[in-house]
Amino acid sequence: MNIDFQNQSMTFKKSYEEINEKIRKGKAVVLTAEEVSAMARELSPSEIVKRVDVVTTATFGAMCSSGAILNFGHTTPPMRMERITLNGVPCHGGLAAVDTYIGATSENPDNIRYGGAHVIQELVEGKSVELEAWGKGTDCYPRKYIKTKISLETINEATLFNPRNAYQNYNVATNTTSKIKYTYMGTLLPGMKNANYSTAGELSPLLNDPEMRTIGIGTRIFLGGTVGYVVWPGTQFNTSKEKNIFDVPMSNAATIAVIGNLKEMNAEFLRAAYYEKYGVSLFVGIGLPIPILDEDLAHRVSIRNEQIETTILDYGTAGTPVLGRTNYAELQSGMININGKKVRTAPVASLQKAREIADLLKKSIQNGKFELAAPVAMFPTGTSLKKLFESEGGEK
Amino acid sequence: MIEITRRYVMKFPPDSADKALTYKLIKDFDIKFSILKAEVRPGRTGSLLLEMEALPENIQKGIEYLEANDVACEPLGKKIKFEAGKCINCGNCTGVCFTGALTMDREQWKLNFEPELCVVCELCVAACPMNLFDINFHEEEPEKIIAID
Repeated sequence: MNIDFQNQSMTFKKSYEEINEKIRKGKAVVLTAEEVSAMARELSPSEIVKRVDVVTTATFGAMCSSGAILNFGHTTPPMRMERITLNGVPCHGGLAAVDTYIGATSENPDNIRYGGAHVIQELVEGKSVELEAWGKGTDCYPRKYIKTKISLETINEATLFNPRNAYQNYNVATNTTSKIKYTYMGTLLPGMKNANYSTAGELSPLLNDPEMRTIGIGTRIFLGGTVGYVVWPGTQFNTSKEKNIFDVPMSNAATIAVIGNLKEMNAEFLRAAYYEKYGVSLFVGIGLPIPILDEDLAHRVSIRNEQIETTILDYGTAGTPVLGRTNYAELQSGMININGKKVRTAPVASLQKAREIADLLKKSIQNGKFELAAPVAMFPTGTSLKKLFESEGGEK
Repeated sequence: MIEITRRYVMKFPPDSADKALTYKLIKDFDIKFSILKAEVRPGRTGSLLLEMEALPENIQKGIEYLEANDVACEPLGKKIKFEAGKCINCGNCTGVCFTGALTMDREQWKLNFEPELCVVCELCVAACPMNLFDINFHEEEPEKIIAID
């Protein structure tokens, strides 16, 4: 390793270009976030920054704010598709003539267990789906109706574009009421008989670079089995959530908007889900590499499960009141303590798949197949969320 | 000889209501049992999830006796279908499984499924976001309701 003696007493720094040069030569040292957290028990950040070039993070969870932009190609005579369904699932019209956006959570009204996520998964699996579209007919787009089959091979572009993915941290859900609750956080048994969590803890992307010094517009990531990009702060991007002494937010805070070529994706990392009495969602696999540019980033990626806290909410009660705090070491142990009561925990996102993604990304970087992209613009700071009020009868 | 514990799902025919079939299991075959789940559909069929504790040959004889009386007996494991190949190891099912049949391996974070611990509460059927569980405890097809004029 090339260590500049002048720098040894000062803070050691690396540039993206230096790291990419090592990646191209197959010499980059890459660890997963779990591996570096274990290493940090022995080594200080100033030692880690000298030894490690890239740390891979990952998550594989249900991300409702996901969907795909599709362009079907024009018919002869042409048609302006104003109302569109794919396998009976309503897609968005109002995007020119043959463009659409299919949201993962859109449901087939005749079969609410089947939705946009299922259409996306089937397309990725190479299957054909039925397109049905209606238009009023115009002089330049005279056709009024079409019913046909499409697949990823027959259409022009297919782009996965997810407005809000990879929440920095997420709440734990439990249910204090006497009735079973069916939620996007899973089935919550009455009387606080279980508590469900979704974040991958120390492996979770946005918890390993909580200030997002390396995550911004243009960051290259693993998305659904192929290369994708961070394109914008995710919706509901909130940097104002309370942080703990380890400087990580203790509830859902920052998010990312991501994009990638659906035609290159793999259903191993993009899976449709249906939650009882809730609806359809999409499990999305995201892997995010963090370049260890300096000691501060080495320190950030060293964070361990017991240092990452999150908030326990009662999903059974309106307003989801706070019941307490816990951390990911406790959550992953299978049991947490909520106000003196021992409650069994269960994950609702796959740590096994997240690890698989972190490993795949690590190997791609080690093999010189995946270089890091420095953000072209950074995310905003000091953001917080607005509530939606009714204009009449609601609070002002 | 060592006593073993086995769980069976039993389907009783409509005309079995007046026979003391389970009583014979105790009296003639020395089987200790617990009823974990029962569903009686008067005039039609009944389903029973029975945990039996006895010497292996007595369980065998008890099953043979019930089958001779037209009770269909199947080991619990065979009544639960789980498409393991499609499982993503998310863990949703483990949150509702209070008997410990579904648990996470906390090293590999893969799902452990031990059907022998199942009591057919069926919560996992709804909890699995991939819809991978199918439990055949009830009648095959619900009968159509015939409208009365």
